[in-house]
Amino acid sequence: MTDARCTIPFDELGLDQIELVGGKSAHLGDLRRAGFPVPPGFAVTTRAFDQIGLPPDLAPREARRLIQTRPVPAAVEESIAAAYARLGDDLPVAVRSSAVAEDGAEASFAGVQDTYLWIRGAEAAVDAVRRCWASYFNDEAVAYRANHAGTAPGMSVAVQLMVDARVAGVMFTINPVSGDPSCIAIDASYGLGITVVSGDVTPDSFLVSKVTREITRSVIGEKAVECVADSELGRTIVRDVEQDRRERLSLEPDEVLRLAELARAVERHYGRAQDLEWAIDRRNDELFLLQSRAETVWSQKRKPRPAIAGSPLAAIAATYMGHVRSTGPNER
Amino acid sequence: MTEVHPPVGFASPFDVPTPEGAEGWEEMYPYYLLFDPARREEDDKRFWFYNGMHFPEPMPAFDMITAESCYLSIGRYQGRVFSIPTVLGIEHRVVNGYVYITSNEVTDPALIEKRLETFLPRIGFYYENWDALVERWQAEVDKRIAELGELDIPRLPEIEDEDEAIHQQKLGPNYRLMAAYDRCLQLYNELNQLHFELLLLAYGAYLTLFQFCGQAFPDMGMQTMTQMIGGDDTTMFRPDDELKALARSAIERGVESAFVDGRPHDEIEAELRGTEPGRAWLEDLESRKHPWFYMSTGDGFYHHHRAWADDLRLPFAAITGYIAHLGHGGELERPQQQILAERERIAREYSELLSSDEERAQFEQMVGLCRHVFPHAEGHKFFIEHWGTALFFNKMREIGSVFVDEGFFESADDIFHLNIHEVHEALSDLALAWSGGAAGRGTVYWPPKVARRKEILAKLGEWTPPAALGSVPEVINDPTMQLLWGVTSERLRAWASGGGDDVNGYAASPGVVEGVAHVVRTIDEIGDVKAGEVLVCSVTAPSWGPVFPKIAAAVSDIGGMMSHAAIVAREYGLPAVVGTGNATSVIKTGDRVRVDGNTGIVTILDG
Repeated sequence: MTDARCTIPFDELGLDQIELVGGKSAHLGDLRRAGFPVPPGFAVTTRAFDQIGLPPDLAPREARRLIQTRPVPAAVEESIAAAYARLGDDLPVAVRSSAVAEDGAEASFAGVQDTYLWIRGAEAAVDAVRRCWASYFNDEAVAYRANHAGTAPGMSVAVQLMVDARVAGVMFTINPVSGDPSCIAIDASYGLGITVVSGDVTPDSFLVSKVTREITRSVIGEKAVECVADSELGRTIVRDVEQDRRERLSLEPDEVLRLAELARAVERHYGRAQDLEWAIDRRNDELFLLQSRAETVWSQKRKPRPAIAGSPLAAIAATYMGHVRSTGPNER
Repeated sequence: MTEVHPPVGFASPFDVPTPEGAEGWEEMYPYYLLFDPARREEDDKRFWFYNGMHFPEPMPAFDMITAESCYLSIGRYQGRVFSIPTVLGIEHRVVNGYVYITSNEVTDPALIEKRLETFLPRIGFYYENWDALVERWQAEVDKRIAELGELDIPRLPEIEDEDEAIHQQKLGPNYRLMAAYDRCLQLYNELNQLHFELLLLAYGAYLTLFQFCGQAFPDMGMQTMTQMIGGDDTTMFRPDDELKALARSAIERGVESAFVDGRPHDEIEAELRGTEPGRAWLEDLESRKHPWFYMSTGDGFYHHHRAWADDLRLPFAAITGYIAHLGHGGELERPQQQILAERERIAREYSELLSSDEERAQFEQMVGLCRHVFPHAEGHKFFIEHWGTALFFNKMREIGSVFVDEGFFESADDIFHLNIHEVHEALSDLALAWSGGAAGRGTVYWPPKVARRKEILAKLGEWTPPAALGSVPEVINDPTMQLLWGVTSERLRAWASGGGDDVNGYAASPGVVEGVAHVVRTIDEIGDVKAGEVLVCSVTAPSWGPVFPKIAAAVSDIGGMMSHAAIVAREYGLPAVVGTGNATSVIKTGDRVRVDGNTGIVTILDG
C-alpha cells in the first residue's frame, strides 16, 4: 500500500521510507524512534512534490521558474500548515532539502541543495519548502545527479524545530584525516552549526578515543564569527566572536565526552561509520542531533589497513625487514 | 647544475669542545672507546646518539664496564645469533665522559635476504619455546648471582693463617685477590651475556604490535598500547610491594608516628630500637630485605646508584609516604584485577574495530605474544641491573678497601675512578708490593690521579651533552632505537634543525597540568623534589617509582614508548611527556610550566 500523505511526522518515519521522504528525514525519524535526542519535525514527502505536476523532461531553468511562480497546491499547503502547527506555537524551524538520493551511503551531496534557518509561521514555512523544491533544479544539484548515475529521482523536504545553539558542529565516528576507526572526531564552533558546515570558521577540533573514552586531542580554532538568531529581526545574523571566547575551547570536556558517547551510540545503531550534525541548546545545555548519515569517504576508500603477515613470527620478521616506518603511533 | 644543500646534521664528534677544567678526560677511558682523528672521515658520516636513557651522567672510569658489558652482548645477539636481517650491533664511544652510540645496519639487499634465512628459524625457536627458555635463563642467572654473592675477597694479612696457607695449601691471598677480581668481572659479563638473550625478542614483539596499531589506528596513543600489554605482576613490582607491606606493618604495630616526612632514616631507626614494637618492625624490615632491597636507587649502571639495602633513604622515604597515604584512607593495593580487566576490554574493543577476521586474528595473536613476553622484559631488570649489578659493585668496594689498607686509596669507592684495565694494573702492583714487602708505586701514583678524575667528573657533570652528533641518517632502521629511545627520523630532523626553546616530545601519559619545574640530573637530587612539582629529568629509572606519587607531572629528555617514565606515569595517572631531547637544558628549576600529556607539548609559562 502506498502512502499518499503530503507530510509525515518524524515519529512515524523509518529507513524503509527513504523513497518517500529522502535520506535525511528517514534517518531523523529512525533516530527519534530509537530514542536519540533529535528535535521533532516532519517530512514534506515526494508525493507533495509530485503534486506540483511538473511536465516531464523540463529544462532545469524552466522547472525552477514554474515552481517559483505556480501556487503550491492547496492540499499540500494545508498539510504543511497543520504539521507545522502541531510542532508548537509559531516556533522557528529549519527547512532543509531531503532529496531521495541525498544522504545515501554512497552518494552524499551535502549542501548541494538549500537550507533555510529560523523560519517562523506557516506561510513562511510553505515558502521555504517551495524554495527547497526549486533548489532541486539548481545547476549543482542537476550536475550532481548527472554524475551519480542511479540516484533515484524525487524531492522531499525536512522541517525541523530549530535548536537555538550555543555551540554546534559536526562529528565523525572515524578520524576523517587519518582514517583511524577508533576515534570520534568533533568540530565545534559558537552559534548555529552552519558556520562549521559551510567552512566560514575554523572550528575547535577534538579527538576522542572510543576505547579509552579519553579526549586525546583538543585544538583551539579561530571561531571568528558565529551565526545566531536575532529575535527582533526574526532571522539569523552572523556576528564577530569576542576575542576571549575565540581563544578558549567552545566545549567543556564533559560535553565533548557526552557528544562522543552519542556519536558512538548512533554508529552502533547503524553498524557503520557516521557523519553527524549536532547542537547544544543555549537555554539548558541539552545535546541534539540534527542529522546523521553514513560516512562516505573512508568507508569507501582507503581505510587504514595494517599489513597482514599471517603468523606473529612472519609479522615480526616483517618488522625487521621492512625497516622501521617513519612514524610510530602517536607521533603528532 | 647541481643544487648545493647545506649539510644536514649535528656537530662533528671531533669538534665538541672539552669543558673548561675537564682537560685530560680521555685518559679515564680505554683507547678503543675514544674517537680517533685517523678515522674522522668515516665517523663523521655516522649518526651518534647520546644514550642518556641508560647513561645520563658522565661515566666514572670504572663504570664504563656497564656499557661495555652490555654492548658486548647486544650486538652478538642481534648480529650473530639471531642474524636480524637489517641490523648488526651497536658501537659506543665516549665524548666528554658521556656515552654515544651508533647502530650498524645492513643495507645490501642480497645479504639481508641471506640473513633472513638464519633469522626466521632461530627466532621461531625462541618464541615457540619461550617459557622453557625463560626458565633456563633464570637458572643460569641465579647460578651466577649466587656465585657472585658468595665470592670471597681475600684481605692481605701481615702473616698468613697456618691452616689455610700450610695445611689447606691455599694459593696466596695476593693472587686470589687478583683472581677474585677477574671472576667478578667474568660473572658480571656473563650476566650481561644472558641479559639480551630473550630481551631483544620481547622488544621485537612489542615493536611489531606497535607498528600494526600505528597502521590500523594511527591515533592510538602509545600509552594505550602499553596498557594493552602491561598489567601482569612482574618481579619489578616486588620491592615496592615489600615497602607497602612495611608501611602496613608499621601501622599495625602502632609505630607509624616515627615516620615523618623528611626525617633521616637513622633517626627513625634509633627511635624504633627504643620500643618493643619498634624492634619487631625492624626485624620485619630485615626479613623483607633479601633479595628485594638489592633494588638500585638508579637503573643499575653506576656504582653510586646504591642498592636500597645500602642506602635506606629512598625506601624509608617511600614507606613514610605510604604510611601517610594509608593514614588518609588511601589504598596501596595495585588494583590488579581491575587493571587486567581493563586491558582485556581495551584489546577487545580495538579488535572489534578492525575490519576483517584476518586482521583481528593477527592483532590478537600479537597482543597475546606481547603479554607473554612482558613479565620477562620487565622482570629481568631486577636480576641483572639491580641484584647482580649491586653485588658486583659491592665486591668492587671490598677490593677497594684492600687498596685502602695498602695505602693506594683514601676510600674504597676510589676504585671506581680506575677503569677495568687500570684496576688490573693496580692489582698487580698491589700484589707484587705485598709479596715484595714494600709499598707499591700505586700509593703515590693513584691518589693524585683519583683526585684529578673526581674534579674532571664534576666539571663534566655541569656540561650538557648534545642529543646527537654526526650525520642525520636517512632512516632509522634499528627497531630498538625507536622503541627504547624514541629515536625516529622525524624527531632527529627536528632536533637537527635546532627546534629553539620549544619542548616537544612523545605524549606518554594523558592530562594537562601546570606546576613548578624541578630539574633533576642525578638520583641524589631526587629527594629534593617537593610534592606537586613537575619532575624534569634526563631519564627516569624504575627505582624512581616512589617519587611519582608526589609529583604533578613528568618530563624527560630521553624515552620512547616503552620507557619506564611512560609506564609509571600512566600507572599513577600523571601527565607525562618523554623524549623531548632538550627539557633539562631549556627548563630551569623554578620555571612554571604547562605539561600537556595529550599533545606532547611542554610550555614554559614564566621563567
